Amino acid sequence: MTAAFWVLGGPAAAFAAIALVPPLRRSGRAAAYLAVAGSVVSLGAALALAAPFFLGTGVPSAVTALWAPVAGGGAIRFGLLVDGLSASMAALVALVALLVQVYSLAYMDQESKPALGRYFAYHALFAFAMQGLVLAHNLLQTYVFWELVGLGSYLLIGFYWEKPEAGRAALKAFWTTRIGDVGFALGLLVLWGATGTFVFTELFAGTADGTYAVAPIVLGLAGIYVGAMGKSAQVPLHVWLPDAMEGPTPVSALIHAATMVAAGVYLMVRVSPLLAYAPGLCAAILAIGVTTALLAGSLAIVERDLKRVLAYSTVSQLGMMMAAIGAGAPQAAYFHLLTHAFFKALLFLTAGSILHAVHTGDLFGMGRLARRMPVTAACFAAGALALAGVAPTAGFFSKDEILGAVLLGGHPIAFGLLVVNAALTAFYIGRAFFLAMGGAFGPAGHPHESPWLMTAPMIVLAAGALLGGALTPAVPRLLAASISPPVAEAGKPPMLVAALGTLAALAGFSAAWMGYQRRSFVPARVHAALGPLTTILARRYFVDDAFVFVYRRLYLGGSAAVGWFDRYVLDGAVNALAWWTWLFAGRLRRLQNGRVQDALYALVAGVILLAWLALSR
Amino acid sequence: MSVASVLWLAFAVFSVGLFGLLARRHAIAALLSIELMFNAVNLAIVGLSWSRGILSGVVLVLFAIAITVAEIAVGLSLVLLAARRAKTVVLDDLSELRG
Repeated sequence: MTAAFWVLGGPAAAFAAIALVPPLRRSGRAAAYLAVAGSVVSLGAALALAAPFFLGTGVPSAVTALWAPVAGGGAIRFGLLVDGLSASMAALVALVALLVQVYSLAYMDQESKPALGRYFAYHALFAFAMQGLVLAHNLLQTYVFWELVGLGSYLLIGFYWEKPEAGRAALKAFWTTRIGDVGFALGLLVLWGATGTFVFTELFAGTADGTYAVAPIVLGLAGIYVGAMGKSAQVPLHVWLPDAMEGPTPVSALIHAATMVAAGVYLMVRVSPLLAYAPGLCAAILAIGVTTALLAGSLAIVERDLKRVLAYSTVSQLGMMMAAIGAGAPQAAYFHLLTHAFFKALLFLTAGSILHAVHTGDLFGMGRLARRMPVTAACFAAGALALAGVAPTAGFFSKDEILGAVLLGGHPIAFGLLVVNAALTAFYIGRAFFLAMGGAFGPAGHPHESPWLMTAPMIVLAAGALLGGALTPAVPRLLAASISPPVAEAGKPPMLVAALGTLAALAGFSAAWMGYQRRSFVPARVHAALGPLTTILARRYFVDDAFVFVYRRLYLGGSAAVGWFDRYVLDGAVNALAWWTWLFAGRLRRLQNGRVQDALYALVAGVILLAWLALSR
Repeated sequence: MSVASVLWLAFAVFSVGLFGLLARRHAIAALLSIELMFNAVNLAIVGLSWSRGILSGVVLVLFAIAITVAEIAVGLSLVLLAARRAKTVVLDDLSELRG
């Protein structure tokens, strides 16, 4: 069980050392190696924790310590819960964090020494926060680390703080997820009010045996889902994720694969035993998930920036995961979370490798990179195939699970839309691949392959992306050995599902190939022909504009009205009172004229009054 | 002569003094008025003690008259100082204490 402490302790110790010892932080490389060492410790401990669960011999266990006593008995305990779900997730987080940090050693080479120290301090903090969230054994602890994860992402997205866009993107990420976090906090309060416990196992057991009323549980669950919407970028709270591309590319890999956006899906998988009591909420989750998937998928098609294409693809894949949760298949969502972590981290690392070589994120500024950067190209291809869900890559299996679960869950429309999304996915990642790697024109200069410190993590992730399908039987086993067991499937999904998924992927790929490699048609003409639709896509479905409208018009307008009321009505009343006081005081002060005899008049009048009062008794 | 008539006389003198103190603006006039009021009180004490046959009241008044002399000396010297420094003995103009 001590291994669980080291999962947290490795990054925490690294962060504390780098943050508290200024010479270490300013030394740059030493701080980097320390952070990597912390991640190695974390990964080793997490693998030790997860191994029994992968082998099928693990049993859930938890260590807790008193955190805060609660008035009227009871207590909030701080605990590390190790079960199939948390141990495997911790292993994944530690693995991706380690690979990204190793990659960063080379990628962030050009940074100044203090900046490098700062970067790795943030990394260690981020990994620590995520591990704390993953291993949390109660919701309050989850919330604390949830906010720490938000802080870590804010710091890392805004790492290039000299750039105003980076600062804005960091703030946007922080505030957008904060909207969700308010929902989370309210949900926690509702749950606490109804049950008096934050512990997952107690909540599940109490709800199952009818100790707790279902209505407040569902309400609290809805609040938690709103929190997950913010972190996992569900419409309309997805707007922060594309902007978060302002951060360093390895950070994007970390955020998109294992830490930030995974937190929402992970939490929903964690509380999935409660979802059975909330069919309405599940329907909403499914609808929002499918909307998110399609909306982001269509936006990725028109995006020019490589990293933003990948960002929208993340949003789209998160939508699919949430759809699976809504369809009552947390195991499918979790499986996709695992495989997605591999191929999305891979894609971002390859994107970083490309950026490292050509110094531009614009897809139309790349081309013919496959010959110059064979390893990167091969890794990109592996990630693209996995993302598109082409058999037999990892993405095929997990996407197949989701599609099958949605179909068997009795949602044929959602199933159809997700198949369309699969085609979109294949199209945009194919487009990105052909634009960057193929094509007729190369970028100026001489792009070169990245150093081995960058390619090695990519190769490891590529192996995961290609072979992750081997985890297919392991995932139900992992969840079965957890406190959030898998939902029994309604049956075996028909072969049609796999066939449709593969067909969609192939259709998307061939369209991308025809448009951007063979140039059988000119994509710009298609854009022009679509007319208004292009405008809608260019404006990103007006979601950002809607936020701006809500903020500028409704919020600032409302504030202006309230401000006017405050300034002229409330302050006016106070000012009027003060003015009247001043006026009467001005009259009254004439009594105090300093003339002895006027004072005497008052004295005599007072004496006469007193005498009269005394005599009239 | 009854006590009542003596007290009425004292009341009348006191009222004249009070009126003078309130109405006159000259410092010496004010001092004189104060003397009038003072003596009205003395008169009332003498009248009361005489009617009750208690001589200690008369003795008290004798002492009071002696003290009044000292008081007038202080008061007049204050007026003289005021006249020298502020060049006026009109009470309305002596209003530095107003702040």
